[in-house]
Amino acid sequence: MTTTSDTAAETARTGQDPDLAAHLLRLGDDALVLGQRLCQWITRAPTIEEDLALSNIALDLVGHARTLYTRAGGLDGTGRTEDDYAFARADREFTNALVTELPNGDFAVTVARQLVYTHYAVLYYRALADGPDPDLAGFGARAATEVAFHRRHADDWTRRLGLGTPESARRMQAGLDRVWPYTAELFEEDDLVSRLAAAGTVPGPASVRPSWEREVGEVVAGAGLTVPAPRWQARGGRDGLHLEEFGVLVAELQSVRRQFPGGTW
Amino acid sequence: MSTPGTSAVAAPQHAARQDGPPAPQDALPAHFDALIAAGETIEPRDWMPDGYRRMLLRQIAQHAHSEIIGMQPEGAWLTRAPSLHRKSVLIAKVQDEAGHGLYLYSSAETLGVDRAELLDALHRGQQRFAATFNHPALTWADTGAIAWLTDGAAVINQAPLCRTSYGPYARAMRRVCQEEAFHVRQGYDLMRALCEGTPEQKRMAQDAVDRWWLPAVALMFGPPDTEAGGADARTAALGAAVSRRAIAWGIKRHTNDELRARFVDSVVPQAERLGLTLPDPAIRWNEERGHYDFTPVDWETYRDALGDDTHWARQRIAHRRAAHEDGAWVREASAAYAAREDADGRTEEPA
Repeated sequence: MTTTSDTAAETARTGQDPDLAAHLLRLGDDALVLGQRLCQWITRAPTIEEDLALSNIALDLVGHARTLYTRAGGLDGTGRTEDDYAFARADREFTNALVTELPNGDFAVTVARQLVYTHYAVLYYRALADGPDPDLAGFGARAATEVAFHRRHADDWTRRLGLGTPESARRMQAGLDRVWPYTAELFEEDDLVSRLAAAGTVPGPASVRPSWEREVGEVVAGAGLTVPAPRWQARGGRDGLHLEEFGVLVAELQSVRRQFPGGTW
Repeated sequence: MSTPGTSAVAAPQHAARQDGPPAPQDALPAHFDALIAAGETIEPRDWMPDGYRRMLLRQIAQHAHSEIIGMQPEGAWLTRAPSLHRKSVLIAKVQDEAGHGLYLYSSAETLGVDRAELLDALHRGQQRFAATFNHPALTWADTGAIAWLTDGAAVINQAPLCRTSYGPYARAMRRVCQEEAFHVRQGYDLMRALCEGTPEQKRMAQDAVDRWWLPAVALMFGPPDTEAGGADARTAALGAAVSRRAIAWGIKRHTNDELRARFVDSVVPQAERLGLTLPDPAIRWNEERGHYDFTPVDWETYRDALGDDTHWARQRIAHRRAAHEDGAWVREASAAYAAREDADGRTEEPA
């Protein structure tokens, strides 16, 4: 309890909380990187309706990243803007979970990635909404409402592909198999998150894991598919250790901005 | 993929046209003419001349295809937008274009074809899209120039279509135009930011305007249809005949050249405010006419340069086809799932 009040007092005095800033950057990076991956789908989706749906989801995710980055800039004492975080950091400084950067693959891989992320994000954002920080609680409530729509989109497609044709069922199962080893990282609690959770600043992501497992288990079973049980679980994203493909994603994201130093946009 | 549901939409129309009793049939053209003369809209169930239906279908399909193909040049920059604000704006814009495509395909479907057929015609090169988009978007500034100039041209072209005689098209266009006007303002704002930025940014903006001006002014309005607009007598006569027909039917309300002049009048002062030079030395205010003069459009050159066989024309269609073909298994799954749900729904209904 002493820790909690000390941290709270420190935060109140300086308005700074580097731990919380680092945590919000992780969440912001999840949203931005997944949004960037979804942008790669636009004009390539199976139907025009899906071009529209995926762009809608990408737009919400970029919006979440902007809010989280802006808040982080106020908390880490650097005063950085949303664009500083997105465009002026090196690859190793991004701390998104690896699942969000997984290459799109076919539509089923993207649906599987959406399924695991959206169920996690709704649960975690709702938990944030119950937290002590009014701004963060407000964000959590709003973002959870938005991601709940993305979750319905993912649930519907998982079901449609799982119960559609033999080919779609095969691809959907392969999609689940592809993303599942990257899901554990979403719930990982390292020292940073443990400190924040112990201080009551934010909920620990591990707290939402049982609900997540139950929910996605129901969707997957309802689609006639099997929840994978991978022996290997990836980690590293929260420490800035990414997949090789991530360098290309960041290079693309930042290319214009870096070509025009000192530019205003 | 065939979409079983949509042919049902078309069927009642054909039935109505063919099964109508013979005597009132003679009165139908007069009724159609009277509706047009009174400025009333023609609705899907109304009798309409075949030529009217064909002209509309061609125009609406071309417009829908242009929205969908037009997503490509800008869509290629979504992952590279240089600020999160601009990224959000561009995602929303490309999303709007997908939405416009959907409204317009729905309008076309009221004329008795389904979207799958229209997309098939696009993929086979049997139906066209605005040749403007057979132009590459080479830099970030191109996304601004496209929104400001190409969408600006589209707004001027399309504003009168909000009052076009075919009801479903007019209603779709009212929604389209509202959003397009917003895109033009965003495009102008993007260009303004570049013009107020570093010299390198301003050069990028000017370069984009140099490349997008003529495609907008020439291709977005169609061929010249008046001799004053630069057409030779034969082309002008041909263009004028098509325009006259479209105007008589209330599909169009102005000649291509009238709309083109209106576009130039609106853009010249905006370019001056931005400090950008439109790449046409002939642009100057004509006190007598009350309009800006500009170089007459050499339509043949543009049509040839951006025709169906160019790299970009092929690329746009290849990109569309690849998306369509890669997504075939998804659409098949969706149709199979829907059919199964329908069947389940039917068996449950009696209870």
